[in-house]
Amino acid sequence: MNTILKLYMCFFKIGVFGYGGGYAMLPLIQREVVTKNAWLTTTEFLDIIGISQMTPGPISINTATFVGYKISGFWGSVFATLGVVSFSFILVSIATHYILKFKDSNVLKSALTGMRPALIGLIFSAFLSLSKQSYIDIKSIIIGGFILLMSLKTKIHPILTIVIAGGMGTLFYGIM
Amino acid sequence: MKELFIMFLSFFKIGAFTFGGGYAMIPLIEREVVDNRKWISKEEFTDILVIAQSFPGAMPVNSSLFIGYKLGGIIGAVMAILGVILPSFLIIIVIALFFSQFRENPIVDNIFKGISGAVPVLVLLAVKGLSKSVNKNIINLLIVVISICAITIFDVHPIIIIFLSAIYGIFLSERMES
Repeated sequence: MNTILKLYMCFFKIGVFGYGGGYAMLPLIQREVVTKNAWLTTTEFLDIIGISQMTPGPISINTATFVGYKISGFWGSVFATLGVVSFSFILVSIATHYILKFKDSNVLKSALTGMRPALIGLIFSAFLSLSKQSYIDIKSIIIGGFILLMSLKTKIHPILTIVIAGGMGTLFYGIM
Repeated sequence: MKELFIMFLSFFKIGAFTFGGGYAMIPLIEREVVDNRKWISKEEFTDILVIAQSFPGAMPVNSSLFIGYKLGGIIGAVMAILGVILPSFLIIIVIALFFSQFRENPIVDNIFKGISGAVPVLVLLAVKGLSKSVNKNIINLLIVVISICAITIFDVHPIIIIFLSAIYGIFLSERMES
């Protein structure tokens, strides 16, 4: 089979089974790309993950684009990226159609009532595990504290906090 | 059509500044689509995130699809998803082309270290924003605490928690009706 078509199918599958977003998808991608198809070595794959985490955007998209590019250039990256979002696109479009239609249904309303606090729990857990990774020295804690204070006290745009944090990183780790 | 183009630009901006995965993006999306553009209400936004989380795929991709579809049908969904994935796509292509040493570059590394200090804060702000659309009562607090314990201590997969909480919600409302 044509490699580009195979790439598309492979990332389509990753999109179907990728519950829980980026980090949950990584083992799946690794199995498909490294173990099954031997397109990349483990080291190459880990390098790609590193860069995907550093660059903006959803990790699954970054990884798909990068892996696609490594394997068959520009068109490889286009089809791998399309592959990873195809299933979401189909499913979410159909689901939104029905959710908008049934948004006043009691079953949907009460399911959402139960799910809202659970989502908050999920996101708070993500906060805990991200903090454990990020706050490893006094400098990172100062950056985090400063950004938190600024966000709570002013109406600063989240994009600006990212820019400021990047600047503080250059200052703290590069110059001081 | 103009509205859809503005939406594309909003999602492009969101995609370009999403560091550290989906949750860190929540305050940014909220600022754009709820506060600035007023396309959806705070409550709707929370529901969209809940639904996006219960589908396979990346959270930013799913929530942008929902918002896009709601605003402009299929074309809206296409515009929103292109907006959110295009920045990643372009940046990765450029890196793959020119900067094979991107990761080892000390300047890039320092900037990233700084940004990674902000990412957990953005996620915490997402929690703060979302909790405004949840009733403050003992049961909801209990669900939050149980979810946190299940994930951080017992390593339960998030989708199981989402599923169980939906069942709980439906069961509770039926019991209240009868």
